[in-house]
Amino acid sequence: MITAPTIEYFALAPLLIIFGAAIIGVLVEAFAPRYLRRAVHVPLTLLSLVGAFALVILQTVRGVPTTPAAMGSVAVDGPTLFIWGTILVLSFVSVLLINDEEQFVPSAAAVPGSAEEEKAITEGAAHTEVYPLALFAIGGMLLFPASNDLLIMFVALEVMSLPLYLLCGLARRRRLLSQEASVKYFLLGAFSSAFFLYGTALLYGFAGTVDLLGIRERLAVGGGGTETLLLVGTAMLGVGLLFKIGAAPFQAWKPDVYQGAPTPITALMASGTLVAAFGAVLRVFWVALGNDSWNWEPIMWGVAALTMVAGSILAITQTDIKRMLAYSSIAHAGFLLVGVMAVGERGQNALALSGLLFYLVTYGITTVGAFAIVTLVRDPGGEAWHLSRWAGLGKRSPKLAGLFAFFLLAFAGIPLTSGFFGKYAVFRSAVALGEAWLTGLVVLAVVASAAAAFFYVRVIVLMFFSDPSADGPTVVTPSWATSTVVGFSAFATVALGVFPQPVLDLAEKAAKSLFVQ
Amino acid sequence: MTTHYLVLSALLFAIGGIGVLVRRNAIVVFMCVELMLNACNLAFVTFARQNGNIDGQVIAFFVMIVAAAEVVIGLAIIVTIFRTRRSASVDDASLLKY
Repeated sequence: MITAPTIEYFALAPLLIIFGAAIIGVLVEAFAPRYLRRAVHVPLTLLSLVGAFALVILQTVRGVPTTPAAMGSVAVDGPTLFIWGTILVLSFVSVLLINDEEQFVPSAAAVPGSAEEEKAITEGAAHTEVYPLALFAIGGMLLFPASNDLLIMFVALEVMSLPLYLLCGLARRRRLLSQEASVKYFLLGAFSSAFFLYGTALLYGFAGTVDLLGIRERLAVGGGGTETLLLVGTAMLGVGLLFKIGAAPFQAWKPDVYQGAPTPITALMASGTLVAAFGAVLRVFWVALGNDSWNWEPIMWGVAALTMVAGSILAITQTDIKRMLAYSSIAHAGFLLVGVMAVGERGQNALALSGLLFYLVTYGITTVGAFAIVTLVRDPGGEAWHLSRWAGLGKRSPKLAGLFAFFLLAFAGIPLTSGFFGKYAVFRSAVALGEAWLTGLVVLAVVASAAAAFFYVRVIVLMFFSDPSADGPTVVTPSWATSTVVGFSAFATVALGVFPQPVLDLAEKAAKSLFVQ
Repeated sequence: MTTHYLVLSALLFAIGGIGVLVRRNAIVVFMCVELMLNACNLAFVTFARQNGNIDGQVIAFFVMIVAAAEVVIGLAIIVTIFRTRRSASVDDASLLKY
């Protein structure tokens, strides 16, 4: 007799709400008349995010489950709930940015510059599909760090990535760049997920199961002639995951995709995807491969060092504001990887995890704010991306330039901004381990962040200490949504920089129970 | 002897991987990715036989579904860029660099 599986619907409710809303969004696309669609999509999307967030809070209050849900395939534990809350907040502000008709192409199928496109523009056509697509991507982001077996993780990876590939190609301006970004992201993303899958297959061969806890148990037993399967499997799985966080040498897609994608989508990818992917990296390397850390730590050390150095140095040579922010994101991924290696006994792990969770919150919020400002500085042909166009912006619109400078300082990790405490929390946990090899990496990370500070300050100098050109870009009046996003990000960056304790406490509480094991 | 199947799967995966790296046409690159996914499927089914459980066979079905979804998205993207540029060569799409 086959017993029916048990599903903990309450624990999975945030996921179900997001996916449910996404499916309703598809039905709206199919049946609602064109003039009604946006009016339905915007509240539906935002309310589902709020609802899911409320459920996450409710679960936190009612007590965190200690066993994985859905027959052991989805782990809703303390860190998961914290990551879910973070992703939902970041998605909410990103969706406020996405709610801007100006950013998305009226008809993606029309060739750029053709009569067909002209017609679509005059008819006022719009791809309101972006809302359900974004919701599917957000659902995938929620499932990715929560998945407790490699199959679910692979499916979540694809559910997260596939809508993003499409969304990248939907920019209204500079459509050639946007389409190229989409193709590059798709081909490289599919290539990396094939590596992830082959790694899964090899670990399945090693452990006889794809369950993370099963792999952990098999590792604890040890022995057998299948060491090769474990090592090659770990490496391939690592390639797939490190690609998603944009760690060097798998970082090449990031600047291209961040530049070409519509800026609100870049904001969603730079914040939500990074948080989700780090959650998944932590779960795979700490839960499944935690007993094998001496095998993966040396490689991870090299990847982290290369990532932070490559990110910081290549950013200096950039002349495009979005590419520069992309390289900054690569450097930050390197800093975060330092925390991934700070594993030891239980208390040490909790310290490292809480540092990482806090860093992800601070970085995500600041990133969304910075990209929100990028959407406001415009040339006749679209957003003004070239750095030379930003010269003298501080004299023409001091408020906007001031806010952007503030976000850049937060990226650099200047005290009194949230970025300082984020970096401090992660580096502190790495030093607390007391191992020379990791302390050395922290020193390298501090040097790299000093180098990174150089190019942030360069932009600030450019904005405030050079004269504006006569035909400079215009700063559009922000819509209520964009003002909300910028205001929220600036407020959170200050608040977490001056008074970080409540969120630090929350991260500590979430990290205390560690991942379910 | 399941080893032969594993070797075959590794070979297919390598052929796919090399194809992705050296071929120029986006469609062919994409076909090579699909070949890699199918190599994974072969490995899953072989290990299922070796481990004596059916997890691997079930996973192979999941992978097929995901691969099908990926085809839908991928062809849509490639067709769009082909209509714009009249070429599906990945070398031609080189506006984004440095």
